[in-house]
Amino acid sequence: MIQKAIIIFLAAALTNNFVLTYFLGLCPFVGVSERSSSAIGMGFASTFVMTMTAVIAWIMDWLVLRPLHLEFLQTAVFILVIASLVQFVEMFIKKTSKELYKALGIYLPLITTNCIVFGLALIGSMKNYNLLENIMLGFGAGMGFTLALVLIAGIREELEFRNVPEPLKGAGITLIVVGLMALAFMGFSGMVTL
Amino acid sequence: MKKHSLFYEFKKGLVAENPVLVMLLGLCSTLAVSNKAINSVAMALAVFFVLFFSSLIIGIIKNLIPDQVRIPSFILVIATFVTLADLFMKAKFPAISKALGPYIPLIVVNCIILGRQEAFVSKNSLIASLMDAIGMSLGYFWVIVLLGIVREVLGFGTIFGYKVLGSWFKPWLVMVLPPGSFITLGIFVGVLNWLRAKGGKA
Repeated sequence: MIQKAIIIFLAAALTNNFVLTYFLGLCPFVGVSERSSSAIGMGFASTFVMTMTAVIAWIMDWLVLRPLHLEFLQTAVFILVIASLVQFVEMFIKKTSKELYKALGIYLPLITTNCIVFGLALIGSMKNYNLLENIMLGFGAGMGFTLALVLIAGIREELEFRNVPEPLKGAGITLIVVGLMALAFMGFSGMVTL
Repeated sequence: MKKHSLFYEFKKGLVAENPVLVMLLGLCSTLAVSNKAINSVAMALAVFFVLFFSSLIIGIIKNLIPDQVRIPSFILVIATFVTLADLFMKAKFPAISKALGPYIPLIVVNCIILGRQEAFVSKNSLIASLMDAIGMSLGYFWVIVLLGIVREVLGFGTIFGYKVLGSWFKPWLVMVLPPGSFITLGIFVGVLNWLRAKGGKA
């Protein structure tokens, strides 16, 4: 069982990287990936929220929705769970650690509408994972997101000094670079699968 | 704020403020489902349905919602229509619903929809909001369908399942896979920027 959980973690972080194979979490990808420092902040704030979401969404899904046969409410319930969780995390961090709030605070509201969090809750539910596996999925997907975000931020910092054709500057070249990165990540495929 | 004609509100979503290519919203679904043209069409129709009816309902009730709980209320309205679309697709088009997978429920966090409610519907009249919703949906529609067609032709040699390229054509597997999607959309953004810069206006 532990073995399966580790495989899920690796698969979510590398071979089935949520950003590069499921296209989730792309909005902040283009938005905050200009500086490595903000990429790291966004990455860890998301990882934290995603791990928490994996726990709470699993509890709602298996202990409330499924026993009551209310699966059709899944979309509404998950999105409410995520929105309130993010709000709660924001208030908690604000009260407990001023430094952490300064570092992560501005990214937290953005995470509510980040599809990677919601997608994670849905994918975990579709695969019928148990609680431990779901947590590993959330944590792994978060780490994979952070990895991809930091990598692309590094490349974009470098790109600023390169001679990119005028129309491709900004979003265009970023998408093409992400495409090449996705191609590189495909080298991991076959190692483990989700 | 400057008042614009209804036609302007409709037209701006097509090119000048295109949600995908210019504002870069709703990229997840655009990139994910556009490996075949038919999936693109289904996705675009679902987005149109959700965006139009969310704008309608939110346009009607926006004055009743206190400002502090605005976003959760908007999301609940959107989630209702997404659930409707999801259940309808599952019942009527099970094959397409299976191909689109989690991306139909994911419309709920599609930034185009919440973004339009927050940036446009909450500040404008109902009729203008509906024109805006139709324009934005059409802007989304042409981009995702064109992307689907390009990827399907190069990846499978077909359009909507009909063979268009002869047997000499060796399909580019990469176009069906995620990297092809990113690269094609990147080129689209570049081409649109180039055309706009050349024309001087959109």
